[in-house]
Amino acid sequence: MSVSQNLPLFGVYVHWPFCAAKCPYCDFNSHVREEIDHDAWAQAYRQEIRHYYNLTPDRTVTSVFFGGGTPSLMKPETVQVIMDEIAACWGIAHHGEVTLEANPTSVEASKFEGFRSAGINRVSIGVQALRDDILRFLGRQHTAEEALRAIATARQVFDRYSFDLMYARPEQTLQEWRTELQDALQYAAGHMSLYQLTIEKGTAFYTQHQRGDFIMPDDDRGADFYELTQEIMDGAGLPLYEVSNHAGAGQESLHNQTYWRYGEYVGIGPGAHGRVHVNGQYRATRAHKAPEVWMDRVRAHGHGAHPFEALDTEKRFAEALMMGLRLREGVSRTHLNAVSGCIFEDQIAEDKLVRLEKEGYLNCPDDDRIVPTIAGLQRLNAMLGYLLS
Amino acid sequence: MRVMTKPLKQIRNFAIIAHIDHGKSTLADRLIQECGGLEDREMKEQVLDSMDIERERGITIKAQTVRLAFTAADGVEYQFNLMDTPGHVDFSYEVSRSLAACEGSLLVVDASQGVEAQTLANVYQAIDNDHDIIPVINKIDLPAAEPDRVIQEIEDVIGLPADDAILCSAKTGEGIQELLQAIVDRLPPPHEGDETKPLKALLVDSWYDIYLGVMILVRVLDGKLKKGQRIQFMNTRAVRDIDRVGMFTPKPVLLDDMGPGEMGFITASIKDIEETQVGDTITEEKRPCDGKLDGFKPSVPMVFCSLFPADAGDFEQLRDSLGKLKLNDAALHFEPENSQALGLGFRCGFLGLLHMEIIQERLDREFDLDLIPTAPSVVYHIYKTDGEMTELYNPADMPDVVSIEHVEEPWIKATILTPNEYVGGLLKLCEERRGTQLDLTYAGNRVMLVYRLPLNEVVFDFYDRLKSISRGYASFDYELDGYGKNDLVKMEIRVNEEPVDALAMIVHRSGAEARGRQLCERLKELVPRQMFKIAIQAAIGGKIIARETVSAMRKDVTAKCYGGDVTRKRKLLEKQKKGKAKMRQYGNVEIPQSAFINALKMGDE
Repeated sequence: MSVSQNLPLFGVYVHWPFCAAKCPYCDFNSHVREEIDHDAWAQAYRQEIRHYYNLTPDRTVTSVFFGGGTPSLMKPETVQVIMDEIAACWGIAHHGEVTLEANPTSVEASKFEGFRSAGINRVSIGVQALRDDILRFLGRQHTAEEALRAIATARQVFDRYSFDLMYARPEQTLQEWRTELQDALQYAAGHMSLYQLTIEKGTAFYTQHQRGDFIMPDDDRGADFYELTQEIMDGAGLPLYEVSNHAGAGQESLHNQTYWRYGEYVGIGPGAHGRVHVNGQYRATRAHKAPEVWMDRVRAHGHGAHPFEALDTEKRFAEALMMGLRLREGVSRTHLNAVSGCIFEDQIAEDKLVRLEKEGYLNCPDDDRIVPTIAGLQRLNAMLGYLLS
Repeated sequence: MRVMTKPLKQIRNFAIIAHIDHGKSTLADRLIQECGGLEDREMKEQVLDSMDIERERGITIKAQTVRLAFTAADGVEYQFNLMDTPGHVDFSYEVSRSLAACEGSLLVVDASQGVEAQTLANVYQAIDNDHDIIPVINKIDLPAAEPDRVIQEIEDVIGLPADDAILCSAKTGEGIQELLQAIVDRLPPPHEGDETKPLKALLVDSWYDIYLGVMILVRVLDGKLKKGQRIQFMNTRAVRDIDRVGMFTPKPVLLDDMGPGEMGFITASIKDIEETQVGDTITEEKRPCDGKLDGFKPSVPMVFCSLFPADAGDFEQLRDSLGKLKLNDAALHFEPENSQALGLGFRCGFLGLLHMEIIQERLDREFDLDLIPTAPSVVYHIYKTDGEMTELYNPADMPDVVSIEHVEEPWIKATILTPNEYVGGLLKLCEERRGTQLDLTYAGNRVMLVYRLPLNEVVFDFYDRLKSISRGYASFDYELDGYGKNDLVKMEIRVNEEPVDALAMIVHRSGAEARGRQLCERLKELVPRQMFKIAIQAAIGGKIIARETVSAMRKDVTAKCYGGDVTRKRKLLEKQKKGKAKMRQYGNVEIPQSAFINALKMGDE
């Protein structure tokens, strides 16, 4: 039930920038609006998809991902229009993965059937926690019970689903997390994302944290949480395949792997990012974040992107390494050289790898592969800083 | 201006000796005002202290003279040359030369504070210079004034008769006329002087004036100083033509000439202050005098530290700024130094701690430089096995232990005056610092302690500790007291086996371990955890005497890399790379420069 291995990865990311309310921890590009002209948005997405298709013809889409914001607030008709346009342009591979992020309110769960008809075959549900008091603290619009019902609906409607939980919250104990996670595992089916709560600038939590309203676990405590999480998930047969993502064999998210394996992807909608080969150059694309400005630009120019940034070989190397080392499978030198045009040995001194291997942060099982250990994954930023300096 | 040189018996040259804050400068101002040297509207507080820093901290750095005219009770007009001397031990040589230019001193003591250590050191210098001394009890207008107790203290502690002390208030003017008359009556005129003899004059001090070049303060002993005269500096051998002769009233006023017993300034188109060393003898090139004046001593720096710009880009500016300060301060020494830990900077030599502090403060204030000073150190004498002696200015340059026969360090004789409730704490401090007690005298409720101490133990934070133990009431002064052999070793701080040059220090073997442990613990707090564990060690020679480990960080990863936004993460990494400019590589770890800076900043706790 997966896409043919022979097809190059080519993802389409669609960003729906609206939410019913802004969560206090979220720093993504999300906006709250009284009224949304769904037809106008559908047309704008169509137009931008067409624009990117003209720049990147001759590909087959292996995955589509509706992210946000809260894409489960979209009308299934809008999703349908977008899917039709993608199919009409590039075409979608057999067993292509089409994911939509959903919030587990009853209203949104009631639309799951409609989404499936529009072409969605996987949902990623933002459960975040299974305790009502915590859900209120996190500013969520749903209860734990609603979340469980939404999961049950997803199980009936879709081939695949995943859900997210957030841990290492203020005052959370390791024992509480163990209980909560083991409880949640009863509802899992092949894939879960487990994110450590982090405080990002520009969020309500940031201000509250600065003010001293709550205390975040320090790095040592964070490490305890992370290590416990791996122990439980390994036991449940859902080991991590990326820093924060867990799946049973063959259940990994193809779309996200496209990013991590530094494949090609097109970003549609406000604030979306892409990495595409255009006219023989590898470029980073980035759309204007403000919904209204993006819309005006699409109407005027066919797309809402800022000027594309050409990525030189060294930037490509850095990006491919950064993303690739997030994966448990690691990266290969051959792959890094192929996607960047660099020569691995010119970019990274061998003795650094030896040192990291000795420290137990990664393994070099052969001359080609570089595989981070769990210890390495949980110190990845420092490791990247060291390797790329 | 045509001013007749006065006969010797109508001249009085005197200095004012006082502890900081006992009102020396205010008294000088008041004397100037009483003698009509300045109109009321021209008076600003402490006219003589021209540098901001002098005015603010109440410290006189350069000697100043003012010539005043005073008509005494007998109707005769006297010429007073009032000398304001640097009041701190760091400038004790300059003080001694200033005192050598006078025949008498006013010993100013605060009517409520009493005698302080610095008062003592300066008054002994005056006595050594055969001065007649008038005790002056100042600030008698204050409610806390106890003139009788202070008079008793002068007699007990200094051993100077003080029953005829003048009681005054420089602030209100009370007792000032009486003091002026006492100067005439109780201080001697210049002892001898012959204007027909070859020129002989003492170089009292010199400073750089941006318009006139180097200005030289002189006291004439024999002969005359005149414009156009070709003079020679007998120690430096430099020959110059005088282009100005003048006096301060305190405004500079040009004169035709200056005769025996008189004081004033000359200029001679000199650009470099090093030509004009304090204590030198000035004579006429064609008709030299028969012998140099005693006591000439080129200035020798005693305390060293390195100064690094906090921003590496400021190195050139630091060089220029030190050069500018040097224009006016022959005692300041500096040469470039390259430290692995702190980059490019200068190894600087100072007369003492206050001198060092003043230079640092001026660099900060007048030149707007952020500096990282290393811990102060002294000059060690290293006697090698081959019999050779070398002077060690920087602990990092200590030669290999096997080539050293023994090491000598400079000692001081320290005098501490304190209210008696703090004696216990201060004795403990002195003992901790390897001191030997020479004297302990009770005078009323105050105690005078005299200790012989290694200068090395004093340069670091002795003064701060003394002030904190005594809640600010103890005063301290010192004089150098030769070199002595001791079991001194170089202690290195190593990060991942590599020595950090800026943290190397010379310590006594007995205190090395405690000091090493303390520094290692401190660094452990300051060095941020990294991917690899970091070993911090203190070592003497090859031997590790203290060790701390900064364990590896356990978690540092971005939880969510969302929607394919690789750019943001890459830019973050690029920014992180730029930050590395401020990092220093030790083995395979990078230590932020700030960790070393903070390790140096903190004193002993």
